[in-house]
Amino acid sequence: MMSFSFNIFRVGISFVMMCVFYKSAVDSLSELSPQKYFSTLQPGKASLAYFCQADSPRTSVFLEELNEAVKPLQDYGISVAKVNCVKEETSRYCGKEKDLVRAYLFRGDILLREFPTDTLFNVNAIVAHVLFALLFNEVKYITTLEDLQNIENALKGKANIAFSYVRAIGTPEHRAVMEAAFVYGTTYQFVLTTETALLESIGTEDIENAHLYFFHCKQVLGLTEQCRRTLMEPPLTTLNIHRFIKTMEAPLLTEVAEDPQQVSTVHLQLGLPLVFIVSQQATYEADRRTAEWVAWRLLGKAGVLLLLRDSLEVDIPLHANVVFRRAEEGVPAEFLVLHDIDLIISRVESNMHIEEIQEDGDEDMGSPDMDIQDDEVAETVYRDRKRRLPLELTVELTEETFNATVVASDSIVLFYAGWQAVSMAFLQSYVDLAIKLKGTSSMLLTRVNCADWPDLCTKQNVTEFPVVKMYKEGKSPVSYPGMLGTEDLLKFIQLNRISCPVNITSVQEAEEYLSGELYKDLISYSSVSVLGLFSPNMTTAKEDFTEAGNYLKGCVITGIYSEDDVLILSHKYAATLPALLLARHKEGEIESIPLANSPAQDIVQIITDALVETFPEITVENLPIYLRLQKPLFILFSDGSINPQYKKAILTLVNEKHLDSLTPCWLNLKNTPVGRGILEAYFDALPPLPLLVMVNLHSGGQVFAFPSDQAITEQNLLLWLKKLEAGLESHITILPAQEWKPPLPAYDFLSMMDAAASHRPTRKDPECAKETDAQENDKKHEDKSAFRKEPIETLRIKHWNRSNLFKEGEKSFKHDNKEL
Amino acid sequence: MGFSAAARLWGPPGLLLTFALHPALCLRAAQTSAPPHRDYCVLGAGPAGLQMAYFLQRAGRDYAVFERAPRPGSFFTHYPRHRKLISINKRHTGKANAEFNLRHDWNSLLSHDPGLLFRHYSRAYFPDAGDMVRYLGDFADRLGLHVLYNTTIAHVTLHKDRQAWNGHYFILTDRKGHAHRCGVLFVATGLSVPNQVDFPGSEYVEGYESVSVDPKDFEGQNVLILGRGNSAFETAENILGVTNFIHMLSRSRVRLSWATHYVGDLRAINNGLLDTYQLKSLDGLLESDLTDLAVVKDREGKFHVTLKFFLEEGNQSADAITLPQDDNDNFAMRVAYDRVIRCLGWNFDFSIFNESLRLSSGGEFSKKYPLVKASYESKGSRGLFVLGTASHSVDYRKSAGGFIHGFRYTVRAVHRLLEHRHHDVAWPSTQHPISQLTSSIVRRVNEASGLYQMFGVLADVVLLKENAAAFEYLEEFPMQMLAQLETITGRKARHGLFVINMEYGRNFSGPDKDVFFYDRSVGHTEDAWQSNFLHPVIYYYRHLPTEQEVRFRPADWALPRPTAIHHIVEDFLTDWTAPVGHILPLRRFLENCLDTDLRSFYAESCFLFALTHQKLPPFCQQGYLRMQGLVGTETLRRHGVESGLLRDYTIVGRRREDQGQGPLSSSRAPGPPVQPLDSNKEEL
Repeated sequence: MMSFSFNIFRVGISFVMMCVFYKSAVDSLSELSPQKYFSTLQPGKASLAYFCQADSPRTSVFLEELNEAVKPLQDYGISVAKVNCVKEETSRYCGKEKDLVRAYLFRGDILLREFPTDTLFNVNAIVAHVLFALLFNEVKYITTLEDLQNIENALKGKANIAFSYVRAIGTPEHRAVMEAAFVYGTTYQFVLTTETALLESIGTEDIENAHLYFFHCKQVLGLTEQCRRTLMEPPLTTLNIHRFIKTMEAPLLTEVAEDPQQVSTVHLQLGLPLVFIVSQQATYEADRRTAEWVAWRLLGKAGVLLLLRDSLEVDIPLHANVVFRRAEEGVPAEFLVLHDIDLIISRVESNMHIEEIQEDGDEDMGSPDMDIQDDEVAETVYRDRKRRLPLELTVELTEETFNATVVASDSIVLFYAGWQAVSMAFLQSYVDLAIKLKGTSSMLLTRVNCADWPDLCTKQNVTEFPVVKMYKEGKSPVSYPGMLGTEDLLKFIQLNRISCPVNITSVQEAEEYLSGELYKDLISYSSVSVLGLFSPNMTTAKEDFTEAGNYLKGCVITGIYSEDDVLILSHKYAATLPALLLARHKEGEIESIPLANSPAQDIVQIITDALVETFPEITVENLPIYLRLQKPLFILFSDGSINPQYKKAILTLVNEKHLDSLTPCWLNLKNTPVGRGILEAYFDALPPLPLLVMVNLHSGGQVFAFPSDQAITEQNLLLWLKKLEAGLESHITILPAQEWKPPLPAYDFLSMMDAAASHRPTRKDPECAKETDAQENDKKHEDKSAFRKEPIETLRIKHWNRSNLFKEGEKSFKHDNKEL
Repeated sequence: MGFSAAARLWGPPGLLLTFALHPALCLRAAQTSAPPHRDYCVLGAGPAGLQMAYFLQRAGRDYAVFERAPRPGSFFTHYPRHRKLISINKRHTGKANAEFNLRHDWNSLLSHDPGLLFRHYSRAYFPDAGDMVRYLGDFADRLGLHVLYNTTIAHVTLHKDRQAWNGHYFILTDRKGHAHRCGVLFVATGLSVPNQVDFPGSEYVEGYESVSVDPKDFEGQNVLILGRGNSAFETAENILGVTNFIHMLSRSRVRLSWATHYVGDLRAINNGLLDTYQLKSLDGLLESDLTDLAVVKDREGKFHVTLKFFLEEGNQSADAITLPQDDNDNFAMRVAYDRVIRCLGWNFDFSIFNESLRLSSGGEFSKKYPLVKASYESKGSRGLFVLGTASHSVDYRKSAGGFIHGFRYTVRAVHRLLEHRHHDVAWPSTQHPISQLTSSIVRRVNEASGLYQMFGVLADVVLLKENAAAFEYLEEFPMQMLAQLETITGRKARHGLFVINMEYGRNFSGPDKDVFFYDRSVGHTEDAWQSNFLHPVIYYYRHLPTEQEVRFRPADWALPRPTAIHHIVEDFLTDWTAPVGHILPLRRFLENCLDTDLRSFYAESCFLFALTHQKLPPFCQQGYLRMQGLVGTETLRRHGVESGLLRDYTIVGRRREDQGQGPLSSSRAPGPPVQPLDSNKEEL
C-alpha cells in the first residue's frame, strides 16, 4: 500500500524533475550561476537554492548533506541547486560576507523562506524545514493547550486531527511528520508542537520521545464532547505514520459473515492482525458493543471484526468467541475462548500464547462444503423421496389421454416435472388436496409430468413448472394464480363451483346471497360476497361487471341481479344503479358502491381494494397483498387472539385516520409461529408479548418498538406515533439491506483446467495474456496459484465431506496432508 | 400472377398473406415474364430436402423441392448396397419423453406428427434401407410437401437483380429447358459421385456402387477391398463367410467409431473382419497409399498388387512387371486376387453449378464437400445454403451433421435463421424469471435431442435481461456463429449470456484412444471438468464474444475462453437430475456468475425474509411476492427442521422464553451470507 500511494505522487512530479534537471544527473546537486538559476525557476514549483561564494571550504559538510537531500526533495517536486556567486553576476542573495551565506526557498520566483545554514544541519533537517515551510497552511504549529483546544473545537464534526509532538524542529521525527503531512495534509489537520508542557497537559508522561495522536473529531457532534484520541505507539517514522493513518481511515468495526480465513481488510495488508468477535443473533447488540470497545482499544494495532455466527456457512468451534488471525499468510486462524476483553487486548499486544480450542476430530475446518444442499425445498423433497405418495388419487394424464379427459370433465391439471424440487413439493400439497376432496368434488384432479410429455406441456403453453390450470366446460383454460398450497388451491376450486358472476333471479335470492345463506359452504373461502345491481337495460355495465367477475374467478364470490324489481334492492341499500353491494360476512356489513361507467378493470380494482382489510391478521398467505401497499407496517404481535381492547384502540386510530400512512395489522403467533423468528430479529431480548412494532420495510428498514412498559391504549399509541413522526424515537434495529448473494462459491473449473493445462508443457493458453481486465487477470493468477499449491488437499477435503461412508477409509489421507 | 395461383393450390392459407406482403415481387414476375419464381428452392428430396420442405411448409413459405427421381430418397433405393442401415432405430428407451427418445432415433425426421416416427416403419435396430425409402415417401405425402418429381436440374446459375433478397436470383434450369427462379437455394443433393482413385490398373477394380451383393459370386475367392470405411467393411461382412480370405487396403489406419465418437467411422456392426483378422482367420488389414499402387492382371485373369513405381520403369507385359515380392519375398500382398473392390466413399456433385455461384470445394478436410460457413450458407454466394450430408464439412469427423440424426437439427437452425432474415420472425425463444434458470437448463440437458446429437455444433443460449432478473432461452443455435447471434436471431445479448453445449472429454475421443481404460468415469462433482463421456458444459460470457474471439479460440476449445465454465459431471444414465450431484453444482455456478442467490424457499421463509430483510431473494420476489409462494406440507416442514434448513418456531419460541438469552446452536438457517469471493475482490 505504502509504495502505491507514493508512486502516484511520484508520477505527479516527474514532469518537474525532467524540466528542472534537464542538464545534470537527477540526484546530484546542480551548480548554476545566479542568472542561470533564476531562469530555471518555474511558476508554482518550489526550489531550494544554496547561494555560496566560490570555494568556501566551510560549506563542504553542509553541501554533503544538501547533496543527500536532493533526492528526497525531488520526490516532493522540490528542486535543489547550488548557486555560485561569482563576481561578474552579483545577486542580492549572494551574501557580502562569507558568514552570511544562506539557503533560500522559492516558489516560482517568490522567496518563501531563507534558512541560515546552521538550521539545515543534516538531511533530515533540510527536508523537515523545507516541507514545514511549504506546508505552512497544512501544518499548524502551536505552543499552548489553548491553541490545541481551539483547533479541536473548530474541527469538531468536520475533520480529524493528527497532532504530533517532536522534541525539536528538524529532527528525524519532525521530518517523518512533515512527510506524512505532505501526503495527508489535505485530509487531516496536522498540528505540531515542540512544547513539552503541552504534551504533559494532554496527559502524556513520556516527554522524551516524539508522539503522534489521532484526534477523532469528525464524528463528534456537540461542542462539549471531547474528540477521542488514539496514540500512535510505534516510533515516528514515515512508514509507521502512514500505516497508522491508514488504520484510522479503515472502518472501526466491520461485520462479516464469512470464513475468517477468507476475510481480508486493509489491516492484513498493513501487516496487522485481525480480531474477530464471534456474535450470534441473540446477543448481537451486546456483542457489537463489546466489539466496538475492543476496536477502539486496538485501533491502529489490529483490525476488529464482528463475525456473525448465525449467517456463517462455515462451522466454527461451538464455544469460540474470538478468532485471532495473524497478518502472515498461511498461518491458520486461531479459535479462542476469552472471557475478558483485556485478554483480547493483551493477546494482540503481546501475542501471548493461549491454549487453542481443540476442534472436534470430525469437524472440517477447510473450505465450506459446496456439496451440502442448502436449498430447503430441494433438501426436504430429497429427504422425502422414499415415501410413496398416494398419487393414484390424481389422474395421470398422457399425450394420448389429455385431450379426451379435459373435454370429458371439468379438470384441474397440475403440470410438473418429476425432477424439479419445487414441483415435487407442490405435488405433495396437491395429493393432500386430492385426499381432502376425495369423492366430494365434481372437479377431476389430474397431473401431467412434463418430464415425460414435453410436447403436451409446450402445447398447453407450459414452459416452467409447476403450473396449475383449470379446464372447464370446454372454455379456454384458466391458469391458477394463487399460492402453491392445499388451502389456496382448495379455495380456488370451491369458488369455481359456481359461475362467476352467478346469476341471481329474485330479490329473495339476492337477500339470501347477501346474508351468506345461499352459498353457506363457500363463504368460508370468500369473506366478501359481491353483488352487482343493474337495471335490465344497462347492458354495457352488466358486460363490464361480468368480465370483472370472470377475472376474479376463484378469488371472490360475485353475483349479478338485473331483474325489473332491482329498485327494491337499490332502495333498501341506498345504492344508485348501477351499483355494487359488498357483503362482509364476518362483520355482517353490507356496503354499497356506485358503479358509474366503470370499465371492467376498475371494477376489479374496486373489488380487490374491498378485500383489503383495515386491520388484518397478517399471515404467510396474505402478507404479499399488504406489502403491495408500500407503506410501513404497524404490527401487533400477539400470542394467540388479539386482545379486543387493543384492537379497539387501534381501530379507533384507524378510523380517526391517524394510521393512514401505515399498514396496521396484527400477527397471531399461534397461527403464524414464524413470527417468533421475526421478533428474534427485531429484539435482542424478547420482551413479553404483546409487542407493537413499526417496520419501515420500504424505505430504510428501521424497526421501532412501542415501549413494552406502556399500555396499548389509544392515547399512548397516538403519543408514540407523534414521537415517531417527529423523529424522536430511536429504532431498535435496522433490517439488513444487503443483496442476496450466492451462498457458497462454485467450483472454479476454468482455473482447474488452466492449472492442468499449465502442467502440460506443450500447451500454453494464449488467451491468458489477452485478458484486458487487469483485475481479472490478477484474480485468475491468484486462484490458479492457490489451486496449484494444494490441489490434492482441496480435492480430498471435498471427498471427505461428501459422505460419512468415506470417512474411515480416507482418514489416513487427511492426516497425511496435515503433516505436509 | 399465374404461378402464385398455383402456389395457392398447395400452400396453406397463410401463404395468401405472404403474397400480400410482397406485391411488388409478384407484379414484377408477371411483367417481365421471368421464369416462375419461388422464394425458396430445395434441390433434392432426400431426408435433408424433405426436412427443410417441412419447415418451409409449416411456416407457410413459397417453396418447391426439385427431385430427379419419381419418389423421395432415391439414394436409399440403391444404397447401402447390402441394405442394412447403420443408423439405430431404438424403439424403446423406457421413457415416454418424445424429445428424449429422438436422442436414440437416428432415422426419423422432425415433424409434429408422431405417426411419422421411424419406429413405426421398422422393428429392426439396424433397419433396412427399403424402410427408409418408404418412410421418406410417406413423410412427403402425409405432410403434403411440394416436391416436383422427375425434375432433373441440369444447371444452376446466378442472376443479379437488386430486387432479390440477396442481390441475385438463382436460376435453375431442368433437363427440359424450363427455368426456375429462386430467392434462396438449398442444396440438399447429398454426396452422389463415387470417389475414384486413379492408379494403373484401376480399370480392373469393381466399384461398391456396382459390385455384386450376392455372396455366391465370391465363393472361394481371394478378395482385395480398397477402403476402410463402413461401405468397405459392410462389403466384407457380406462375403466374409464364403471367400478364401479378404484383404483390406487403405491409406490410414482404421478408425473405430466407438473410439472416435464419430458415427461415420467404422461401426461395430460392420467390424466382423477386424474380429477374424485378429483371430488369425486369414483375413487382414493393410495400410498403404492407394495412389502409389498399381494392379496388374495376369493371364489367368488374377490380379497382382504392385507399385506404380515398378510399372513406370519396366515394360508393360504383365509377366515381366516387377512385383514387390521379387525383392521382398515376404511381401504381404504377394498372393493373386480374384477380385479387387473399391469402397472409397462419395463426393459432392459440383458439375451442375455455374462458376458464378462460386460454390467451391475444398474445406479443410477434403475435397468431397462444398465450402460453407458455420451457418451452412455458401462462402461464395449469399442465399445459397448447403443442407444434409453435403453440409458435413462444418463438423466432419466431429459431430453428426452429415447424418439424418444430426442434419435434421441443422436444417431447422437454417430455417430459423432465414425466418428472421427474410420474414422478421425472431429466433423462437421463451422468457422466464431468473428463478427458473436452473430448471430451464436442467430440463434441456436432460431431454433436448438436438444438443445431444449435434454436440459441439448446436448449443442452447441463455440471454440475460437487465440486472439478471429474467432471461430468454434460445434453442439449438449454431455455436460457431455466436458472435453474429444478434443479427442472426434478432434477440439482444446485452447483459451477458450462457451457452449450453454437450461435450466429450478433451482427450477422450480419438482414433487410437482406449476408451475403455480403467477409471475412465468421473463421479465426483469437483472433477466434473475431467468428465470423459458426453456431458453438458455451460459457458458464461459477460459480453457476446467477437468474431475474432470465436475464430482464434484456443485449439481444443469449442468456444472462446469464457468468463466462467461449468461441467455437469458425466452420468452413466445421461440423467442429469440428481439433486446434489448435478443440480446443486449447476445452481452454484449460475449463482456465482450472476452474483445472486438462486435457492428456492418455502412461503414461510419468504415471509420471514420479507419482514426481516429489506431485499428478498429472486425466488421469493418472483413467487411469494406475486402471491405464488410455495406453501409446503407438514411432512416436508419436518424434514426441513431435521435437516437444519428450517426452524420449528413453535419450539424455538418456548425454549427461548425458558432459557432467556442462552446461545442458540449455530444452525444452517438461510440468510444472505456475505459472499466469500467478495473478499478476494477487496484484496485487489
